[in-house]
Amino acid sequence: MKETVARMRELMEKIDRPVRLMEVCGTHTVAIFRHGIRDLLPEGVLLLSGPGCPVCVTAVRDVDTAIAIAKSEGVVLTTFGDMMRVPGSGKSLFNAKAEGGDVRIVYSPLDALTFAEREKGKKVVFFATGFETTSPSVAGTIMEAERRGVENFFIYSVHKTVPPALKALLESGEVRVDGFILPGHVSTVIGTAPYGFLASQHGKPSVVTGFDAQDILSGIRMILEQLAAGAARIEIQYTRVVKPEGNPKAIAVLGECFEPEDAEWRGIGTIPLSGLKVREAFGHRDAAAVLRPEVRTENVRTACACGDVLKGVKIPTDCGLFGKACTPDRPVGPCMVSSEGSCAAYYKYKAIEGMKL
Amino acid sequence: MCLAIPSRIVEREDLRAVVDVYGARREINLMLMPEEVGVGDYVLVHAGFAIQKVERDAARDALKVISSIIEEVSREDRNAAETQPVARSPRGRDAC
Ligand code: SF4
Repeated sequence: MKETVARMRELMEKIDRPVRLMEVCGTHTVAIFRHGIRDLLPEGVLLLSGPGCPVCVTAVRDVDTAIAIAKSEGVVLTTFGDMMRVPGSGKSLFNAKAEGGDVRIVYSPLDALTFAEREKGKKVVFFATGFETTSPSVAGTIMEAERRGVENFFIYSVHKTVPPALKALLESGEVRVDGFILPGHVSTVIGTAPYGFLASQHGKPSVVTGFDAQDILSGIRMILEQLAAGAARIEIQYTRVVKPEGNPKAIAVLGECFEPEDAEWRGIGTIPLSGLKVREAFGHRDAAAVLRPEVRTENVRTACACGDVLKGVKIPTDCGLFGKACTPDRPVGPCMVSSEGSCAAYYKYKAIEGMKL
Repeated sequence: MCLAIPSRIVEREDLRAVVDVYGARREINLMLMPEEVGVGDYVLVHAGFAIQKVERDAARDALKVISSIIEEVSREDRNAAETQPVARSPRGRDAC
């Protein structure tokens, strides 16, 4: 570790200007705080959180839709636990459950499928959130539902994909980033090819990085090496898990069930082809099409700066509500709800004295 | 979030396998695996599906770090969800 840190110092002297790096994935945000990475970095290296927190980017309207589904007659909505407290335009799934909506937490979409097999009289809907690490599992579950002939199993997909979001961020011109720390497990599935444009079109060195302290330091060092040499490539630091081609099987299953569509990201807006829609061949599993939930989403305006935080334009402490009106116990925005949300991570670790922010 | 957890396969039949992760046994599905795996192999598991094979040493190292992150994140998310934690097994969706 010492050597990596020493080398980073050398590289920063060579680069001779501040460097802004974005860690795309919320798990990296948490890991960076946990391992105290900021304290080890040379002066001038700034880490920004990116849009890789599925809970944080799920649109208000999509939460409202999930709530409407949960409140429909004869329907059970199943979800990962982390979506429960995310506010829609008024309420969260947690509130909906308290008001009699049938909402259940599952650990895998397969659990939801098994539940559907048991509760034949109910329509069981899985609220499918998450990035490419998660979406193949949901696609696989759709395949399983077909194989087992479970007719009362549906999914409501608000899945998102990472590369189009990075593209949109760069093209907006709002974000100043010199390189990307790319997600370890999303890349396990998609490999490195979908990130090619970061280097070839935008000249941003980017490294797929693992989650322990040495991984993260090495990943950052690899980006600095490229910056110092004036190079821009997509590299893998996390080679023990991630292959350049990703997981072709998972990509194939994903492609069989889903197709890209435009999707709304909370606080960011609509990003072209960044969502996943159930393909027509599986349209009978698409809760949005089958149940046609009625949703009236009001535009709620708060001073929450979550969108700018997700874009790396602001850091959480730039938000006037941070730690005052907005805390993990009483979150105003989704970045404070999810424990891997940037605001929640900053809040938690800001309390530790001496932590460099 | 999308953390995947290295787990050791202890039983396998077709596309179903049972893995041991932190002493808890969970059934997983192998449909998404790009290569053959068998009993004793380590795989990365996410939301009930194995998504990649990992070498034993890498898996052990990864388990240590990942467990610390999961502990943190799932504890908080569980609190947030105000639900009963399920045994000692980490939540299904756990790093990008
Ligand atoms: S501190 Fe709260 S209100 Fe401010 S950006 Fe973060 S989540 Fe939104």
